[in-house]
Amino acid sequence: MRVALFVPCYVDQINPEVGVSVVRVLRRLGVDVTYPEGQTCCGQPAFNSGFFDEARSVGRRFLDVFERERFDYIVCPSGSCTTMVSHYYPFIFKDLPDERERSETLGQRVREFSDFLVNVMGVKDLGARLEGRAVFHTGCHQRRELGVLEEPRELLASVDELELVGWENEELCCGFGGTFAVKMPDVSTAMADEKIKALQKSGADTLISGDSSCLMHLKGRLRRTGHDTRVLHLAQVLDSGKAG
Amino acid sequence: METEKPARRRETEDRRNEGIASGVEGFNERARRAVNDQQLHDSIELFTHKSVAGRNAVLNALPEAPELRERAYRIKQETMANLDRYLEQMADAVEARGGNVFFATDGEDAVRYIGDLAREKGAKVITKSKSMATEEIELNRRLEEDYSDLGLEIVETDLGEWIAQLAGDTPSHIVGPILHMNRKRITEVLSRTAGEELPPDVEALGSFARRRLREKFVTADIGITGANFGVAETGTVATITNEGNARLVTSVPPVHVVVMGIEKLVPRFTDLSVFVRLLARSGTGQKLTVYTNFITGPRGEGELDGAEEFHLILMDNGRSKLLGTEFEEALYCIRCGACLNVCPVYRQTGGHAYGSTYSGPIGAVITPLLKGQGEAKDLPHASSLCGACWEACPVGIPLHDLLLKLRNQQVEEGLAGKAQEIAFKGFESTMKRPVLYRISSRAGRLAQKPLKKDRPLPGPLGAWTGSRDLPPLAEKSFRELWKEGI
Repeated sequence: MRVALFVPCYVDQINPEVGVSVVRVLRRLGVDVTYPEGQTCCGQPAFNSGFFDEARSVGRRFLDVFERERFDYIVCPSGSCTTMVSHYYPFIFKDLPDERERSETLGQRVREFSDFLVNVMGVKDLGARLEGRAVFHTGCHQRRELGVLEEPRELLASVDELELVGWENEELCCGFGGTFAVKMPDVSTAMADEKIKALQKSGADTLISGDSSCLMHLKGRLRRTGHDTRVLHLAQVLDSGKAG
Repeated sequence: METEKPARRRETEDRRNEGIASGVEGFNERARRAVNDQQLHDSIELFTHKSVAGRNAVLNALPEAPELRERAYRIKQETMANLDRYLEQMADAVEARGGNVFFATDGEDAVRYIGDLAREKGAKVITKSKSMATEEIELNRRLEEDYSDLGLEIVETDLGEWIAQLAGDTPSHIVGPILHMNRKRITEVLSRTAGEELPPDVEALGSFARRRLREKFVTADIGITGANFGVAETGTVATITNEGNARLVTSVPPVHVVVMGIEKLVPRFTDLSVFVRLLARSGTGQKLTVYTNFITGPRGEGELDGAEEFHLILMDNGRSKLLGTEFEEALYCIRCGACLNVCPVYRQTGGHAYGSTYSGPIGAVITPLLKGQGEAKDLPHASSLCGACWEACPVGIPLHDLLLKLRNQQVEEGLAGKAQEIAFKGFESTMKRPVLYRISSRAGRLAQKPLKKDRPLPGPLGAWTGSRDLPPLAEKSFRELWKEGI
């Protein structure tokens, strides 16, 4: 199994440890992991702000980089960035037959991390161990466009000493929304506060998600309001309790 | 307790108030007030929570719901593709039953038709049942102003709409017009109308409203309703209510006027079996509302009730220009309000923050489409694009994709602002060139060194750090770690 890593730009720059955990987990399963170094960003920030030309231009580069070699799959530790490529590239390239076909073909092989583990590798138990009581936040793209809901929970259910609990209104968005977080800061923050209220009520000491962008938002608000809740990406949890 | 803010913090806030160079204003200011209004927040939570729970329960109990949604979408798609033909069919059917049909290009047209009719009939009292189309064209205000010589008394008879009217307020939700008011406020408004202190209980307030509205129902000269659906094949207008007021508005006065947006059409009577099942379930969590009325023209020979005269106003008001465009799906809306109830932005701000008749995700889509982007530039940005609206929509309108297309239209039309244009040109050149990407990443790491936590940052970073901690860039990027060997 030959897999190319698609590491979102903010993971590359802010949370590289998430990418490292993805590599370690995949290698442990015997996957041949490659990181195409020409990659930068999928273009989502421009797309979400309505700058489709700029997004298309960055998207073309993404297609070039990931088409250069033949991979069985392209794995990404983000439901949101996966969706940008698999769903929204065909959307922005709708009227450009060549790029549209390329993005549809490539899009079928881009898989979100937990989706890849459970549905491609057929793995649910990675032998990880993490003590704590956790809630899982499903990013909106992962929930609605990808429909990958059960996979992260199945993976977390096999983590030793980790108790996964439910929380109120867990389907609600965290309020990040890309540039929304800075264009509508008050509403965005109020949305984060609602998640944090539910998190507190659940009694969880750990917040886990498959999207580092949601986590960056919630963590930023948690720390600002004096909460020390542990915040982890799914890959870090699945990589924990393992030597080397 | 509010303490004096340090000068620096104030500067940051001032900058935030400017709308972060993105051209977003209006919504932000109104939303900020709403977010800080605890009473409003409680009222919204109560209403939306109940609506969502009810909707989920009845839709989960309907195994064919996904199939109905698909069929509803197809029916609307077919309707819009042949709208001219169906409108003609509807008009012919109404006229064949002895009704009058008027095509109104815009609100002004519709107001003029109704005003002239009121003059001709010597009308004094007009009763109305709940209608978003008439809210959209501000029918009441314009009739009162443009036809002030008639001394018309226009009375909303849906309880919520009536209370809003008495309070000089506007609806903040398509289905629950006064969900922003709590019982205390409602008691105040009704007590003022009654001229005495009413007790704040539902029974007493309801009974006062019933007594007062009955007087209006029986003296009305004209009744005005909207239409939940219009059937092309038969000329039937469907009104779907819970209070029964639409029945009294349509059967007591001698004249009934319907103001219907042209997109409310369905081709066949049997199509209603799809839409009626979806509308009540999605809107209020009921299998059916208490009153579902089908009205076909004026009272016929040998019929016991119905108005003597029936007028159907088919109103365009900006709708037809969406036909055949990438925004056409916005016309599929059946005004159930489900997208408002599930929207995390609406749930924080309520409807008035949108500054338009239609609020929530559908409002953020159709307001700029009907009024023009310049009038509501901020609304397409009032969404985190979470897609909860699309998931809840009984007709499957991809609302968040339409918001994205509207944002793109703003960029194409040069409405996005210079600052954003420069920022995303920069983004494009950086992300297209890995070398530049690597250089800016190093530059960012160097630049963040002297940053102190309490120092106000410019632009978008300042908007972030006003309420949230900003994560630092990592010492080494993933690509550097990969090169070193993982």
